[in-house]
Amino acid sequence: MAQVKNRLTPFFENITFDREDNELVLNFGPQHPSAHGQLRLMLHLQQEQIVKAHPDVGYLHRGMEKMAENMIYNEFMPTTDRMDYIASSSNNYGFALAVEKLIGLEVPRRAKVIRMLLLEINRLMSHLFWLATTALDIGAMTVFLFAFREREYLMDIIEGYCGARLTHAAIRIGGVPLDIQDSFLHQLRVFLNKLPQNIKDYEDLLDSNRIWLMRMEEVGTISTEMALSWGCTGPMLRASGVAWDIRKEEPYELYDEVEFNVPFSDKGDNFARYRVYMEEMRESAKILYQCMEMYEKCEKDGETELMAHAPKYISAPKLDIMTQNYSLMQHFVLVTQGMRPPVGEVYVATESPKGELGYYINSQGGPYPYRLKLRAPSFWHTGILTDLLPGHYIPDVVSIIGTTNIVFGEVDR
Amino acid sequence: MRAYKPKNDVQAKPYYTDRFYVAPQVPKFDVETDEVFASDLEAIKAKFEVKDAYIQVEQMVVYINAHDIYGVLELMRDELQYTQLSEMSAIDWLAKENSFEIFYQMLSMTKRKRIRVKYFIENGQAVDSVEKLFRSADWSEREMFDMFGIEANGHPFMKRILMPYDWQGFPLLKTYPLEGDEFAAWYEVDKIYGKEARDVIGPELRDPARVDRYDSERFARLGFEVPKGTEITDDMQRTVQEYQEKDGVFLIKKLDKESSVVIDDPQR
Repeated sequence: MAQVKNRLTPFFENITFDREDNELVLNFGPQHPSAHGQLRLMLHLQQEQIVKAHPDVGYLHRGMEKMAENMIYNEFMPTTDRMDYIASSSNNYGFALAVEKLIGLEVPRRAKVIRMLLLEINRLMSHLFWLATTALDIGAMTVFLFAFREREYLMDIIEGYCGARLTHAAIRIGGVPLDIQDSFLHQLRVFLNKLPQNIKDYEDLLDSNRIWLMRMEEVGTISTEMALSWGCTGPMLRASGVAWDIRKEEPYELYDEVEFNVPFSDKGDNFARYRVYMEEMRESAKILYQCMEMYEKCEKDGETELMAHAPKYISAPKLDIMTQNYSLMQHFVLVTQGMRPPVGEVYVATESPKGELGYYINSQGGPYPYRLKLRAPSFWHTGILTDLLPGHYIPDVVSIIGTTNIVFGEVDR
Repeated sequence: MRAYKPKNDVQAKPYYTDRFYVAPQVPKFDVETDEVFASDLEAIKAKFEVKDAYIQVEQMVVYINAHDIYGVLELMRDELQYTQLSEMSAIDWLAKENSFEIFYQMLSMTKRKRIRVKYFIENGQAVDSVEKLFRSADWSEREMFDMFGIEANGHPFMKRILMPYDWQGFPLLKTYPLEGDEFAAWYEVDKIYGKEARDVIGPELRDPARVDRYDSERFARLGFEVPKGTEITDDMQRTVQEYQEKDGVFLIKKLDKESSVVIDDPQR
């Protein structure tokens, strides 16, 4: 329900309305800075209150599903970066996992640990970015600068790993291309040791901030039924009373070996979502500590494999390609023609920072997917604005868009 | 003679396939192997006709009749605890059997199971909207209409969602080329200047990203720089690069490697 307390009654000195029930149509976006990308909202207003909202998306539509049908599987990997570009490794991972399930591959343990390290760093990056931009939308410039500073350190670590800061393409079908660099663990440990204090700083600035509470508490409340019906996932669903985390419930990689909690709230408002994001950052840090231990154990046990061994689908290691004729021939075929997964279909859901990121792949045995459907969480988190915004006031629009954490690379695909 | 290219599927094709290559299958398992799926399937079978059902990659796939979809999903939501419709869309089989395959990806959070409900429709046939059951189908069905032209009966707002409202053609059909069709190529020109401007503008100027290497008015030639407006011939001389510091850059010349410190920790 809309917030009613502490609100000024609008008073127009020099504007006269012809009719008492005059409805104003406000066009919000697609170039509005707090629309988080290319969101256009048609808002029907009664004075300052929204009576009808109509989100209009598609300004960033690149036809990724169409592109996927015309690309070999490995070729599509860098394209997935451009979906949720705030946490691009999680998109790479979802696609890699879907193809691996399709061809029935088991990834080496060391690669799994590296993937988990990357995924959780991406989650932290995404959540920090969310906090920064949402706080900026509300007007908290300091938090924006603080959170971006921390995100920068994580991007440096990722940059050291794969050379890219935003579009990583750091995961391959069948494993990871590289081992982590020498400074990775040290840098990450330094970062993680400081993170609790950083999160506490943000909370000190926001948790008891009167403006923040006014803009967040009891604004944008999503009931459990509404969240389920609209296909909400991730923090949007968890803040509405359903403790559903795919990492916990349908564990992939080594998430069944690490200990972490699933924070959730039954309030469903903006503030609940904010709290869920903050707690998730702490849980991510917990997972990262455990992953670092796992990595060190891998190193001690001498597990050096980074790519799965499946000559029909995955190229051999570089050393084999350079020394063995048959590996070179197979590599040539896999690069020029592409791998040919078995005939069948698969739907694989992973927990991206935004929610359930699903890849549906229908393979007809050719080197190109016959149909690839990208299930991006933000698509429905934008759709829910249709039902969520009516009853709220114009300033609430900004804070609600902020806490839904929508990224338009993902909505429009 | 030119090689025959099928008109009904213009997507990328492998340039070489072994004549004797038989594609392997992703294994399908009997539904009886999983208790939860078996009981779910029994409940669906009791009320509706099930054409085929199997388990593939840990998820059950159920084929039903097109007109049963609303009833099946209602049963699954209300009695079988499949409370979320994760995803729904279509697969284009027009080239093969003139039909679309529609799939609905269902999730049960209490049972931790996923079921894919599927059915076939003829080309031109509409599907029944399930928007009344799951609000998420509102946008999914619009997207399906946008991409394939499949309409949903009973949908409150059956308009395009990702493409512009005045777009022609359905991009995810196999007959639609990747680079777009004639309409797509001239979309902006038609809209801004009108159709008659096509001849005036021409295909060369239509593309704003077009680079003309012989045009020295608007484009620079890196490495072969010439004054603006010069007529360009192919035998141009490479531009000689002259540096200000004849004996190397001042600062780097003075760098003493022995006494310098390399900072590798950005958070020092």
